Amino acid sequence: MAYTQILIAGFGGQGILFAGKVLAYKGLEEQKQISWLPSYGPEMRGGTANCSVIISDTPVGSPIVSNPDILIAMNLPSLDKYESAAVPGAKVFIDSFLIDRKVKRSDIEAFYIPATKIARDLGTPTLANMIILGKVIRETGAVSMEGLKEALSKTVSAKHRDLIELNMKAIEAGYGFSE
Amino acid sequence: MATVFKKPEALTDAPLHYCPGCTHGIIHRLVAEAIDDLGILGKTVGVAPVGCAVMSYDYFSCDMVEAAHGRAPAVATGLKRAMPDRIIFTYQGDGDLASIGMAETVHAATRNENVTVIFVNNAIYGMTGGQMAPTSLPGQVTQTSPYGRDVKTVGYPIKVCELLSALDAPYYIERVAVNNVKNVLAAKKAINRAFRNQIENRGFSLIEVISSCPTNWGMTPDNALKWIETDMIPYYPLGVYRDKSKEEN
Amino acid sequence: MEKVLMKGNEAIAEAAIRAGCRHYFGYPITPQTEIAAYMSKRMPKIGGTFLQAESEISAINMVYGVASAGLRAMTSSSSPGVSLKQEGISYLAGCDLPALIVNVQRGGPGLGGIQPSQSDYFQATKGGGHGDYHLIVLAPASVQEMADLTVKAFDLADKYRMPAMLLADGTMGQMMEPVELPEAVEYKPEKPWAVTGTENKREHNIVNSLYLVPEQLEQKNIERYEKYRTVAENEAMCEEYMTEDADVCVVAFGIAARVSKNAITEARKQGIKAGLIRPITLWPFPKEAIRKAADKVKGFVSVELSMGQMIEDIRLAEDCKKPVSLCCRVGGMIPSPEEVLKAIKDMEGGKI
Repeated sequence: MAYTQILIAGFGGQGILFAGKVLAYKGLEEQKQISWLPSYGPEMRGGTANCSVIISDTPVGSPIVSNPDILIAMNLPSLDKYESAAVPGAKVFIDSFLIDRKVKRSDIEAFYIPATKIARDLGTPTLANMIILGKVIRETGAVSMEGLKEALSKTVSAKHRDLIELNMKAIEAGYGFSE
Repeated sequence: MATVFKKPEALTDAPLHYCPGCTHGIIHRLVAEAIDDLGILGKTVGVAPVGCAVMSYDYFSCDMVEAAHGRAPAVATGLKRAMPDRIIFTYQGDGDLASIGMAETVHAATRNENVTVIFVNNAIYGMTGGQMAPTSLPGQVTQTSPYGRDVKTVGYPIKVCELLSALDAPYYIERVAVNNVKNVLAAKKAINRAFRNQIENRGFSLIEVISSCPTNWGMTPDNALKWIETDMIPYYPLGVYRDKSKEEN
Repeated sequence: MEKVLMKGNEAIAEAAIRAGCRHYFGYPITPQTEIAAYMSKRMPKIGGTFLQAESEISAINMVYGVASAGLRAMTSSSSPGVSLKQEGISYLAGCDLPALIVNVQRGGPGLGGIQPSQSDYFQATKGGGHGDYHLIVLAPASVQEMADLTVKAFDLADKYRMPAMLLADGTMGQMMEPVELPEAVEYKPEKPWAVTGTENKREHNIVNSLYLVPEQLEQKNIERYEKYRTVAENEAMCEEYMTEDADVCVVAFGIAARVSKNAITEARKQGIKAGLIRPITLWPFPKEAIRKAADKVKGFVSVELSMGQMIEDIRLAEDCKKPVSLCCRVGGMIPSPEEVLKAIKDMEGGKI
């Protein structure tokens, strides 16, 4: 029975919470048990932000992810803070355009994606979160790509409908990325 | 034989507890007469304050709510929002309205909440035995200003009508007094108008009524009425401070 | 019905609307502001009232006004704001008025912090304001319960003519989970005591808490406590999780219960028989479940986001038959499953 604990961390403004929401909505579409818990407060813009997502076949206990199976680090302070907390065997996704170090542990599997650069090259500089999410989906199967667009359309607010295609494009770019 | 005088329908038979010479009784009657005259008794809900008029819920025969000290305008807001077709009034003293309830007063006014506020200013906390009120006059001796209100340490009285008139929203604000027949007749007219404004959905109307407190002022009822004329009214000039009907015309 | 992902705060707001609440009064404070934001969007569209009051004090008194008129009304806030509301809550209790107050707790005392807490337990369950009174206090532990217990709170408040409080915390307010929203009802109040205007057909109704004759005030209090006894007998609710064979019984509510379930799962893996009693009503406290467990377990662990508040009610309920230990974090910190597991092991091993 899968019980996947995901921690997404970075700067406020990088779309940390949104990336978590996409996973949560997709998990819900897949009939999984879900919880999504943001950090909240003064760090909303520019400070550190993180988001706990649990996707599970069984009821979710604590919604707080302290020891992630999947860690997404979108900036250096996040990697510094959470690398040691990841479970042995955890998959760690790193925006290598913003973080210039490798992981220190040998018992975790690291994926380095220059997400911010890819996003810029695509002309969607704010969608590094979706690039890295595509890679996460590819490497973990936490959720499947099938029907992802429907989940996206529930996540994106009505006034940003036009962004669904762009988000999808970014996710696909991340999904197809190989180091 | 023709009836020339009777108790308004909007008052119950309960004997008033007010001190001899206190003008709350007159003001109760004016409010009740307005309710009778406008035929709104069955659809009126009043809000009683904390202070001397706390038990006015027993005296008015309409439905009544007793509010916490100073909160009557907020309670009236809730009542009016719940029942826009009902007529809601508050009956508040100076401590209630201008001290502990100042925020509620100002904000109900600035929302132009469609309620009627009867503000009884007797320059003292009567119920608790005569302490200094936000409206006590400079130099006025009270239980808590035994050497007279010292404006250097406790500040100046609050002039509610003047203060609320600085707001854009309120529809009607008038100060009246009940110390002589002429003033009582003017007060009756003003209170009537404040209720009519609400019936016509005009918004916030406040009538400040300069009232006497012979017991705590330490005066005979007659001298208390004179003191209103000689001391209160000069500090709190009577008149209409806001009348949006004029602006509308 | 379809499940939707919603924040706990939004689930409360939507559930309240579906329960027929058309009057919301609030004041901004983290971490519950989403309730006000949600209401400000929805209420104007359904002919309801959303009003951002000038203060928490005014907000609760506006609720008092609507409740006096016999309609469903609510306010929400977080700890410092709920302290301000206590005057109004005492008046609601003293006038036997039904209403809903939501407290999405944050760390205290004073301005405290904005992270989750359960340190308003005493304030919520022991009265909070002046005078002898209780609120019905419900403690949701999921977004689904944020919705369900909101409806329940309105129903219980009406049934017993007393204010009810939903005691949540920042985690419950901020988290999203799938939720099946309750059916919308058309609320038709049957409250002959309400001040709706006499229509010249009846004696005037008075909503009042002033009784200057001591004998009358005493009698009012006695009658109210008779009502409270009925509530305590009939409405206490809790969830029992793996308590049948438990040697160690964790007692926790809200987010603390969620964390404790993880710890219990791990304890069971390690061969320790741990279970959980999760109070859903904090007042009335589920004394009977605790009392029964006391006959079977080695001891209790009270897991709290407070410095040991609920532990007093556990001790009263089990009559000090078995030891009760405290596992707590405060100030916005949340105990980890490991910390709870250690407390379970210590109790199991008699190390307390």
